[in-house]
Amino acid sequence: MEEENGKEVEQLQDVTVMFAGDSGDGMQLTGSQFSNTTALLGNDLNTLPDYPAEIRAPAGTIYGVSGFQLHFSSKDIHTPGDSPDVLVAMNPAALKKNLPNLKPHAMIIVNIDAFTQKGLNLAKYESNPIEDDSLKGFRVIPVHISKMTETALKDTGLSPKDIARSKNFFALGMMYWLFNRPLEPTMKWVNQKFGKKPVLIDANIKALKAGYYFGDTAELFTTRYKVNAAKLPAGKYRNISGNEATAMGFVAASLLSDRELFLGSYPITPASEILQYLSKYRNYNVSTFQAEDEIAGVVSTIGAAFAGKLAITSTSGPGLALKTEAVGLAVITELPIVVINVQRGGPSTGLPTKTEQADLLQAMYGRNGEAPVAVVAASSPSDCFYMAIEASRIALKHMTPVILLTDGYIANGSEPWRIPEVSELKKIEVPNPPAPEDYQPYLRDENLVRPWAAAGTPGYEHRIGGLEKANITGDVSYDPDNHDEMIRIREEKVEKIQKFIPELEVDGDDEGELLVVGWGGTYGSITDAVHKAREKGYKVSHAHFRYINPMPKNTEEVLRRFKKVLVPEINKGQLAILIRNKFLLPVIQYNRVRGLPFKSSELEDKMIELLGGKND
Amino acid sequence: MTDNTKINVEPLKPKDFSSGLDVRWCPGCGDYSILSQIQKTFAKIGYQKHEPIVISGIGCSSRFPYYLSTYGFHGIHGRAPALASGTTLALPDHPVWVATGDGDLMSIGGNHFIHACRKNMDIKLLLFNNRIYGLTKGQYSPTSEKGKITKTSPYGSIDYPFNPISLALGSNATFVARTVDREPKHMQQIFEKASEHKGTAFIEIFQNCVIFNDGAFDDVSKKDVKDDHMLVLEDGQPMLFGKEKEKGIILDGFEPKAVNLNDGKYTIDDVIVHHEKDESGILAFILAHMTDNPNLPTPVGVFRSIRKQTYGEALQEQIKNVTEEKGKGTLEMLLSEGNIWEVN
Repeated sequence: MEEENGKEVEQLQDVTVMFAGDSGDGMQLTGSQFSNTTALLGNDLNTLPDYPAEIRAPAGTIYGVSGFQLHFSSKDIHTPGDSPDVLVAMNPAALKKNLPNLKPHAMIIVNIDAFTQKGLNLAKYESNPIEDDSLKGFRVIPVHISKMTETALKDTGLSPKDIARSKNFFALGMMYWLFNRPLEPTMKWVNQKFGKKPVLIDANIKALKAGYYFGDTAELFTTRYKVNAAKLPAGKYRNISGNEATAMGFVAASLLSDRELFLGSYPITPASEILQYLSKYRNYNVSTFQAEDEIAGVVSTIGAAFAGKLAITSTSGPGLALKTEAVGLAVITELPIVVINVQRGGPSTGLPTKTEQADLLQAMYGRNGEAPVAVVAASSPSDCFYMAIEASRIALKHMTPVILLTDGYIANGSEPWRIPEVSELKKIEVPNPPAPEDYQPYLRDENLVRPWAAAGTPGYEHRIGGLEKANITGDVSYDPDNHDEMIRIREEKVEKIQKFIPELEVDGDDEGELLVVGWGGTYGSITDAVHKAREKGYKVSHAHFRYINPMPKNTEEVLRRFKKVLVPEINKGQLAILIRNKFLLPVIQYNRVRGLPFKSSELEDKMIELLGGKND
Repeated sequence: MTDNTKINVEPLKPKDFSSGLDVRWCPGCGDYSILSQIQKTFAKIGYQKHEPIVISGIGCSSRFPYYLSTYGFHGIHGRAPALASGTTLALPDHPVWVATGDGDLMSIGGNHFIHACRKNMDIKLLLFNNRIYGLTKGQYSPTSEKGKITKTSPYGSIDYPFNPISLALGSNATFVARTVDREPKHMQQIFEKASEHKGTAFIEIFQNCVIFNDGAFDDVSKKDVKDDHMLVLEDGQPMLFGKEKEKGIILDGFEPKAVNLNDGKYTIDDVIVHHEKDESGILAFILAHMTDNPNLPTPVGVFRSIRKQTYGEALQEQIKNVTEEKGKGTLEMLLSEGNIWEVN
């Protein structure tokens, strides 16, 4: 073991840290600063912000606790970590909420100043856990975070309230010391953020440094830790969240298709950030329209698609429910739109800030009439970038609405992303309509796609709408046989997308005892669990859907090569229903709907159980 | 319009704006007159077929786009202003006309209506107001008078109606007007003025439903009463009405009153002069509520017409400014954003 300034330096491969405090304590900011700095050091990382729906829940209560979990490593990782190794608890409630989930012998750094009688009462502690033996086995490090922040900032001229708000930076500085991280990236951020308020720059940097130096000089910490850079493939990297990747993906799709981007949207947790990010891209010719409601969001999108734009709308579950009728309008008018659903806990308002996968059947079937749409799902924060491009490609090439499913976990979570070269991104070819004299609104090409003649183009004047259309001419038609034919065409048109999407890949052996099949945001937990089970000698493979409607053409063949198929989902078995229905295959479900991503350990246990083993 | 396709093109005639489809409104429906005046106006303005985009919601009036040879979109119930918002933002140089009814715009589409006005979307909203639900066969609407007996109000409607002009003014529409299906010349004038307006242009059209609410506007617009019951607003002119223009509107405080100029008490100098460019909107509001007073004539014409930056203009301005400041976005630029590090 190395030594530095009289303290031991221990090499770690892999650490999970949880920052937890009141929802006004700035824990999300602390966590994201730590993530960005950690990413810059070259660690692989994965994050799980977990915060209450209330903006400022009553201080000190358990339901007001906001947490940011961060897993970083010198190897390739896929999850935010099952259980934290280190907890930073800014108050008793944060301790109480997170204690059950900690690893045995975890380090607990508490802000001892918040462990007053009032704080303990609010957290419903009968006695002080720091003083009794309820934390036996953990490494408890009590720190006067509040008091030391006050002392450090007493000459800044800030009000006591503003000083109290800086204590998260003290905690951050301390953690930077503990894990050997530089202060510069955060200092740079502080300078940018508070550029016009030098007093706040001064205060935040003072608090940050005070925390760092405290770690260095205090006797409390005998060891500091080093987590080396991960061996990631060569290239340029940045840290990215799913919502930012989604926004960037659509800007990229706009450039790749040479169609200006239009977003009609209404703010909703956890999708609002997509609207926020896209509002910044004016110089990319991006038009954002913050509509009066969810319905206007999607309907304005349809109006822009009619006029030839790459038109998208972003929402979350309850918003998708409101957009239902309009998505049907896009189906019958066969216009290209993309609807992004950042799934959250439902039904109804449900758990707005928590994650879930329970809108798959809503995306597939949640409309009146026979109204097929293409459905794709992103599997990680950075995959949101690629699936945004794919969703756009399918919409523009096949003249169909596409629903892109992400979820609260990958939307808010972040990971290092190897930024692609421009040459790695494939152009999106948008078919041109035939010459005006040959044009009819519902002509079909070999993929049953109708031509897209943007409104306003001379020579292609036509009328479309929600009434059933005669095939080819596009005139309103009440003819029974035409209706039957149009229903079949709309379905086949979506099925034909299968020719243009990649096959389902298998991670692991191509055939065998057990295949784990997932979709969307469970990719990381499943990958982690499968790899761990394999390291223990179990034969288990993994296939992950990013294209759900239509499914890849080799789907049935892949599934039938395995004796057992396990489908873990954060819902009651919606992909399982689709697979059973389509292939009459008996699949085994694993469903937990707790508003949180799966722990890889629970999935690993389930796989090993199915293979007749026992996980120790 | 910046469209150069117009050069050397023959001007179109009203019939060129017919799509050729059989029109399926009931015989005698007021919609026929509106369709005809729109076709005449489009020809007179000199539109080419690809220029105007006509958008509708659901209801009898919303079949409108199918009967025109322009681009048309028959949307879903209540959502025409939202559909039109997306289209106008995508096509800022094209006039977007919306055909809608009192159920479509005032009831299910009320939210979209007020916000389109508030944002000053560059769209023209034609409200075909017949004070009844026609396509669903005769239920009372948000503009039906209280006490109206319909299929869903057999003992009389207990709803208070909206005053659409007042609602449009309250939502800050920049052009607010009213016309009548029986007055084709007046209707054309109003349509032409609306076509020249940049921003939300709202036009309430008193439209007769021969089947479910026949004669709803007879009190105002029937030949024998219209001189006394209809006040034709003209910008810069005193508000006169009556067969010999012998009556006028004066203001008593904020209250409008009808007076006879022949009885010696008042002269034309007492009569208020219409000023449609009044920024405050106070006069327009007073005029809007004259409709609710049975002792006063119902105003038709332009209540308000002011110029304000539209949503689309503001959006284009931002796009231009940010592009000048940051440079036109490219894939290379997009992929070099954020805190980047390199792994070798």
